Amino acid sequence: MTTEMLIAIIITVIGASTPILIAALGELVVEKSGVLNLGVEGMMLIGAVTGFAVTFTTGNPWLGIACAAFAGMASSMIFAFLTLSLSANQVATGLALTIFGTGYSSLFGQAFTGRPITPFRSIFPPELATDPVLRLIFGHSPLVYFSLIMVVAVWWFLTRSRAGLILRAVGENDLSAHSIGYSVIGVRYAAVAFGGAMAGIAGSCFPLLLTPQWAERMTAGRGWIALALVVFAAWRPFRLLAGAYLFGLVMTLELYAKASGGAFSFLPAELWASLPYLATILVLVLISLRRAGHSNAPACLGKPFMPAS
Amino acid sequence: MQWKLEKRPEPSRTMVYAAPVLAVLLTAIVGAAIFTAIGYNGVGAVREIFVTPILNPLKWQDLGIKAAPLVLIAVGLAIGYRANVWNIGAEGQYILGGLAATAVALSTRDLAGPWILPLMAIAGVAGGMAWAVVPAALKTRLKVSEILTSLMLTYVAIQLLNYLVLGPWRDPMGFGFPQTPLFTADQVLPIVVPRTIVHLGVPIALVVALIAWFVMARSLFGFQIRVVGAAPQAARYGGFSANKTIWLALMVSGGLAGLAGMLEVAGTFQRMVPGFPTNYGFTAIIVAFLGRLNPLGIIFAGFAMSVAVVGGEVAQTTIGLPNAAVGIFQSMMLFFLLASDVLVRYRFRRVGAQPAGSAA
Repeated sequence: MTTEMLIAIIITVIGASTPILIAALGELVVEKSGVLNLGVEGMMLIGAVTGFAVTFTTGNPWLGIACAAFAGMASSMIFAFLTLSLSANQVATGLALTIFGTGYSSLFGQAFTGRPITPFRSIFPPELATDPVLRLIFGHSPLVYFSLIMVVAVWWFLTRSRAGLILRAVGENDLSAHSIGYSVIGVRYAAVAFGGAMAGIAGSCFPLLLTPQWAERMTAGRGWIALALVVFAAWRPFRLLAGAYLFGLVMTLELYAKASGGAFSFLPAELWASLPYLATILVLVLISLRRAGHSNAPACLGKPFMPAS
Repeated sequence: MQWKLEKRPEPSRTMVYAAPVLAVLLTAIVGAAIFTAIGYNGVGAVREIFVTPILNPLKWQDLGIKAAPLVLIAVGLAIGYRANVWNIGAEGQYILGGLAATAVALSTRDLAGPWILPLMAIAGVAGGMAWAVVPAALKTRLKVSEILTSLMLTYVAIQLLNYLVLGPWRDPMGFGFPQTPLFTADQVLPIVVPRTIVHLGVPIALVVALIAWFVMARSLFGFQIRVVGAAPQAARYGGFSANKTIWLALMVSGGLAGLAGMLEVAGTFQRMVPGFPTNYGFTAIIVAFLGRLNPLGIIFAGFAMSVAVVGGEVAQTTIGLPNAAVGIFQSMMLFFLLASDVLVRYRFRRVGAQPAGSAA
């Protein structure tokens, strides 16, 4: 294998990993605050269709991403209102959000089926990316750099900032956080909004970075894989990065299997397409085997906040 | 003046039953407004989706055969949800049930006899259960979330279906269409109402729901499920095994979803096609909640939801409403239900003014 090919594969792997990484980072912060939002897949689809529609009509991918973030955040507020203000069941509400996002994106995506957009690839001048090694540094979509910056930012926020400390306190012991005067519901609203915005941006990666057109349900369960990844990473941002790239590799195998056939035809194409989902199950099994009981999950995860008063 | 939520001394029985009705009404009103705002005939959409299927006798048969799988799957899911076991992969278990029944049908093509259909039903139940074994085993042994594993297996089931109908099961006489041959007369469900398409699956679903209601309300098993869900500590103290409950809940929900898949392939499709997964497994989640996780309620909720499904098809042809709109209506129903559920446990009270009576 030549260096050229290897670099091309690495760039594909990183691209395929980026949406799950962004969505999982958002969900990580949500879960750290003690909330389980199963609506990631739905918010991603809303982000995907919004990102596509805005980029298609205005020709400006930056605006597309911003609107996708806003749309994801807006939809997450439905979830926040129901679960945080009305203490509805988080599992059921998250599922409803996913069903809603699926319907919403098919409804508004219909008009765009089969229309291509220009993919949002490198923003650096092409001279910088002539050499294969330089291409590895400068050859990515801005969304990739964004995801990497966010890994560091989320890590810094959670472990080094005061606000992050409060957020973790709310997730570990909401009653204590409440009794020393922090607004549990306020913190959780903010976390869910952040998760929604990140899921929206993650969704916009599908039309802007991976396949530059609209296809119904184009996120294909990646939102659920992002949820599994948070468990796999034991709620740690840098492990999330490693996990996401591992999944990117598996998904790239599937793409290559579809495109090249020949070398991969010893197994049916449908089996290659099942790999990311089977790998998710495998990864969940491995992580629970190794941890044997201690899951590192935030103590209040998924439980509604019920102050005594 | 401000309103404040105040906890009721005890949950309101009235609101338990009023909440689903309120949710459907709110969905109709808000749905009409939203679809008008985005340029469709909103009032027409609501009329076609919620009213036309009830008023048009020609649509009644469709209501029956669409409600049957929804009721069957939702009854199984509700038993699990009561015990806090979140099987959300019923769609995959439904597909596997259909595939297992098809496997029996394909291998009995040259045979005849009334034993073939029961055998297909057993295969369907076993297929659905087999797909639920993985989440159950991983949950009980390794504490892996059944939410994620059951859902992941749904995607795998769709790939398995595609592989089979595109490859080994493809009808050689089918002009290249990716589908199996038609089932024989002994492999399709009999029609129970003459001159309609209402097949045996409809009464089966009703009977299963009634049995489930009896078991949940009157048996020790039902009691155990309810205690494990409502008070896990007390359940452990009372000697109810949490692991056993997880296994039972997943086997029952998987088996019923598999049975629904068998009834659907042998009753409605009469052959296996790539379009077999029609989201019943996900819609049934909404049906389970709308029916208050109670098998009797689920019968009503299943029919109500099938009105929306049939109405969605009507609205597609009459006023050109896209099929995806039904998904939006369904999720709105669940959103509004979860929102009105707050009134079961809380009531609104004015703060600042004189203590007012309850608003609910």
